[in-house]
Amino acid sequence: MSTDSVGAFFAMGGYGGYIWPCYLLGAVLMLGLLVLSLKAARAREAELEALQGSRQDRARRRAASVEEARS
Amino acid sequence: MHRFANPARFLRIASAIYPWLAGVCILSLAAGLWFSLCASPADYQQGETVRLMYVHVPAAWMGMSCYTAMAVFSAMALIWKHPLADLLGRATAPVGAAFTLLCLVSGSLWGKPMWGAWWVWDARLTSMLILFFLYLGYMALSNAFDDPSRGHKAAAILALVGFVNVPVIKWSVDWWNTLHQPASVLKRGGPSIDPSMLIPLLLMAVGFQTYYFIVLILRARGEIAGAKIRTIRMAQVHAAGQGE
Repeated sequence: MSTDSVGAFFAMGGYGGYIWPCYLLGAVLMLGLLVLSLKAARAREAELEALQGSRQDRARRRAASVEEARS
Repeated sequence: MHRFANPARFLRIASAIYPWLAGVCILSLAAGLWFSLCASPADYQQGETVRLMYVHVPAAWMGMSCYTAMAVFSAMALIWKHPLADLLGRATAPVGAAFTLLCLVSGSLWGKPMWGAWWVWDARLTSMLILFFLYLGYMALSNAFDDPSRGHKAAAILALVGFVNVPVIKWSVDWWNTLHQPASVLKRGGPSIDPSMLIPLLLMAVGFQTYYFIVLILRARGEIAGAKIRTIRMAQVHAAGQGE
């Protein structure tokens, strides 16, 4: 592609100032929402895993202490 | 229907179809962008601004279909009190709001060069703006209470009441004399636009739709984990209270 045709592509027949902001907003909205949703899902799943892990630890410790008391 | 209403089963099915959705989404958006920006002709009347339509029209479809989905999920949540339906409704709202905003802005960017105005208080434009506010109201309301379930219920009722706006949007161009043009794809007798313009339009529509499913799955995953965290915390507080 020559520089002329690249320039013509971005000029969009003089309507580039209307067309590009639209595609840019679409990309920003879609990527932004995707990233936010992905981050929130991962953060909560990690938090849940940590919480479940600590709960299981405590249950195991409690079981162990009961065993100790019995013996 | 209830077979899919179990969160664990939902997560299993969702993780199985997720990579396929991602593949279809990326491919159709890439092809859609290629056709809408490079490999399609300019319109004989609108010139290059017709390229705004490949974003505008699918975004408008998504704005309305997401709202319809949200209303159906809300009805299911209110009638059967099923937490998964409630959560899917809340996961849908931000996607619908984003596409409605994209539809309004792209329409405005087309209106300035073609109609000579960024905005007119036309029936189609006004009802679409109301749809955007309904999404915002739904999201604000569902987070407005200390007890989340009360907020979710209030928001579900708002979603149902606001659904009356969807048919108004769809038929606004037929009921009133509007500046906005009538439907040219979803109408009786089939689409009246040339295949060279229909192809980018449909590719973008498929891309947007699969994008919605992807974000829906991600947000549902977050919400399900959040609900489990809340349950564990409540149990801990309860146990601590009893231990004293």
